[in-house]
Amino acid sequence: MEHIRAINDLVVRFANVNGTGSASANNMFAKAIFRMGIPVSPKNIFPSNIQGLPTWYEVRISEKGYLGRRDGIDLMVCVNPQSMARDVESVKPGGYFVYDNTKKLHPEFIREDIHYIGIPMTALVMKHYSDPRQRQLFKNVIYVGALSALLDIEMNVLKGIIEDQFKRKQKLVAPNFKALELGEQYVKEHFQCPLDIRLERRDNVGNQILIDGNTAVALGAIYGGATVAAWYPITPSTSIVGSFEKYAHRLRIDPESGKSRYAIVQAEDELAAMGMVIGATWNGARAFTTTSGPGVSLMSEFLGLAYFAEIPVVLVNVQRGGPSTGMPTRTQQPDLISSAYASHGDTRHVLLFPSTPKECFDFTARAFDLADRLQTPVILMSDLDLGMNDHVSPPLEWDDERKYDLGKVLSAEDLEKVEQFGRYLDVDGDGIPYRTIPGTHPTKGSFFTRGTSKDEYARYTENGAAYVRNVDRLLKKWETAKNHVPAPELYQEENSNDYGLIFFGTTTYAALEAMELLRDKGIQLDALRLCAFPFNDTVRQFIDEHKQVFVVEQNRDGQLRSMLINELGLYPGQLIPILNYDGQPITADAIEQMIVEKYPQEKKHDDVHKAQVPAS
Amino acid sequence: MTYIKPKFRHPELPKNKIGYAKADYEGAISTLCGGCGHDSISGAIVQACYELSIEPHKLAKLSGIGCSSKTPTYFLSNSHGFNAVHGRMPSIATGANMANRNLIYLGVSGDGDSASIGMGQFVHAIRRNVNMVYIVMNNGCYGLTKGQNSATADIGSLSKGGSENRYPAIDLIGMALELGATFVGRSFSGDKTQLVPLIKAAMSHPGFALLDVVSPCVTFNNKPESTKSYDYVRAHLEATATIDFVPEKEEITVDYPEGRSAHVELHDGSVIHLSKLAPNWNPTDRYSAVNRLLESKMKGEVLTGLLYIDPNSQEMHELENTVSQPLNTLREKELCPGSKALETINASFR
Repeated sequence: MEHIRAINDLVVRFANVNGTGSASANNMFAKAIFRMGIPVSPKNIFPSNIQGLPTWYEVRISEKGYLGRRDGIDLMVCVNPQSMARDVESVKPGGYFVYDNTKKLHPEFIREDIHYIGIPMTALVMKHYSDPRQRQLFKNVIYVGALSALLDIEMNVLKGIIEDQFKRKQKLVAPNFKALELGEQYVKEHFQCPLDIRLERRDNVGNQILIDGNTAVALGAIYGGATVAAWYPITPSTSIVGSFEKYAHRLRIDPESGKSRYAIVQAEDELAAMGMVIGATWNGARAFTTTSGPGVSLMSEFLGLAYFAEIPVVLVNVQRGGPSTGMPTRTQQPDLISSAYASHGDTRHVLLFPSTPKECFDFTARAFDLADRLQTPVILMSDLDLGMNDHVSPPLEWDDERKYDLGKVLSAEDLEKVEQFGRYLDVDGDGIPYRTIPGTHPTKGSFFTRGTSKDEYARYTENGAAYVRNVDRLLKKWETAKNHVPAPELYQEENSNDYGLIFFGTTTYAALEAMELLRDKGIQLDALRLCAFPFNDTVRQFIDEHKQVFVVEQNRDGQLRSMLINELGLYPGQLIPILNYDGQPITADAIEQMIVEKYPQEKKHDDVHKAQVPAS
Repeated sequence: MTYIKPKFRHPELPKNKIGYAKADYEGAISTLCGGCGHDSISGAIVQACYELSIEPHKLAKLSGIGCSSKTPTYFLSNSHGFNAVHGRMPSIATGANMANRNLIYLGVSGDGDSASIGMGQFVHAIRRNVNMVYIVMNNGCYGLTKGQNSATADIGSLSKGGSENRYPAIDLIGMALELGATFVGRSFSGDKTQLVPLIKAAMSHPGFALLDVVSPCVTFNNKPESTKSYDYVRAHLEATATIDFVPEKEEITVDYPEGRSAHVELHDGSVIHLSKLAPNWNPTDRYSAVNRLLESKMKGEVLTGLLYIDPNSQEMHELENTVSQPLNTLREKELCPGSKALETINASFR
């Protein structure tokens, strides 16, 4: 049998039944490792279901800090008979299969090349607990206790997490401790502990936090000054407004009156949610909505209005597998084009691409400044992986000196000095006009906001020249936006290799790891991480300075690649697509493999235009 | 055609309590068809705002798409206006209202905008009791696209192109009463003596005030047999009562005629006086309003006037328990919890 020996470098997967309370036990497992100073990256792989279907939780543990998903399961904890055949199959040779042996394992599940660790979880809970719900819940805690002995997870760390979790429900602490100990004792008595794959305390997480992107977005909206949240529930964005409400309730209640300094409206649909945001921002408040791909399709008409009438909008798109209802509980980056150009007519919207929870926080808060400054929709492009999974992230930071940038808004005093207010006049030459908020001045500054064509003074016009002046000014504003959006991140001081790599969002973890794997194989790449659309000059320069650039993204059609080609007027052969779209977060191995396959055999290309256009 | 509106105003034009002349509430010249009912409603809005002494900039006017939705250009030119997309004004108004509870929100819509494409948003704005006046200029047809039947058209009504409407008309008033609307009225564009006090009462009502105003389309739907025509409405008009609105702290100078009468006091101290009440009808009894409406329908009458008002109406801000200060005036000091609070939050994720 193959033998795996590893410290702090393993993948553990839990196979559970949806709705049986496994999530909190599994989270405890990941958090304990994090508290032992070892970087972890947990992923929920869940069905679109409330109760009964298989669900998995996969934890990558990496001392070196690789946080992308990795193929190859070292240890499987299987407490779901439904998925057992598949689960046995997915363990890598030499790996471990932990299961409930209250009933004997069927011979078809026996593989010669893996180790079996049977724990009578059901028998133990039946013996030690009487309440049916407790029996179900503590079965999960028992396997965590067993893992503490098998993998050398510090018991006092696990107990500390339980104490934190049940601060206000003290009587639940003791039965949880008992379940941990039942699991620990059983494996200590029956198996050699620890296994050859195990953990050791390190100091590799520093002051980082373990948080999901949706919570970080919600906090970004609190800190960024959002007062109106209008939304319609849709996976995987739903938890953002839930978090916003939780923190707003804690941090945004007027101490004197006890009343709310925010309003949350669960709209009748995504159209109305976007309409409410537009109404609120038109009226001078900061407002946002959250959705996923299907919602963006529904909001498209309104996004066009906000673009054309120049109304700030903050929209968070937590992407999931499309098209149509697609794979609602799987991750992808499939809405780049539908978000960037949402709505009929010539429209384009600012996109932000966070890649960590900290960036979810920073970019959300910044999105409100950008939307107010540019008077246009700003769409934060998160995804299911970033939004719903916990990630090791730098702590969230806020500069108390920071002031909200409300953009070009005229006050009553300003209006007194203005001879004739023109809502769509380009006074400063940057394409951004001045706006007024309803109720500002008795006789000056009122105008009609409309989705129809208008002149500089917001008057309806069908005059072709006035129309062209207006939409050309919007293009000028788009140019201005390039210098306001977050700049891309470069991973080298100078571009020195022939080939480059572009990635964004959650692909970042796997891409950075793949670069190291490639380096070991003698393939050196320069790299650029995109943070926003429109693309600024650094992006063009990066592509120009390389013979070819690999573009990694998680969709079938290479949407970012298409946008780069169209927006920058590139020859398509300059950009080689590296794609993953099966709904699982992309892995470093997959990127490495695809790049090796597509890496030009002859490194010396004299003429880039003769380079083969690789098939996607 | 070119219309130029004179800017000159006679200095001795009468002024209201806050020093504004009626002309200060007017807008641009209408480009609707001559005789369009909508223009009369615009006139009634101007009159109501003048009489109520509303500061024009403290009112926001919103609309969707259609002939009716063009009208906000024709009144209150010193108010901000928002001409939204088709059927989506209610959501814009809801968001605007959440941002600033201190303005008056006047939504103007039509039967296509509210009873068809925008039905979902219309219904939910009623359900949330958004504090706004919502006027439907109801003519039973699509004007801008040249005379198609709308969802409020009579059965058997012929469109301009000759196709017959086979489906029953949606009665927005009946629906609103069922939905729990807190202020429901119907009027006729040709009856200003009723429409002006109704608009004034609606503007003073804390919550969603629906006014369904039959407003004949002289070009596409004014045949005498149409229930939305001038002739039909004039011949079949019935009223729940004669309405008079007395704003807060104004002395009551009118003598109300003998007979059944009632008054409803609003939260700001203003009073709606109702005289010559229809039998078996009580303005604060939803059940009697529904019955009265059904009786009229059976008789082929057009029942107008205030149908129902809930004097205990709680508008959306009260239901949401938001601070009295408009949300759009809050800044970093009130909104941003600061770096210290963030440290505590960070610690909870370790």
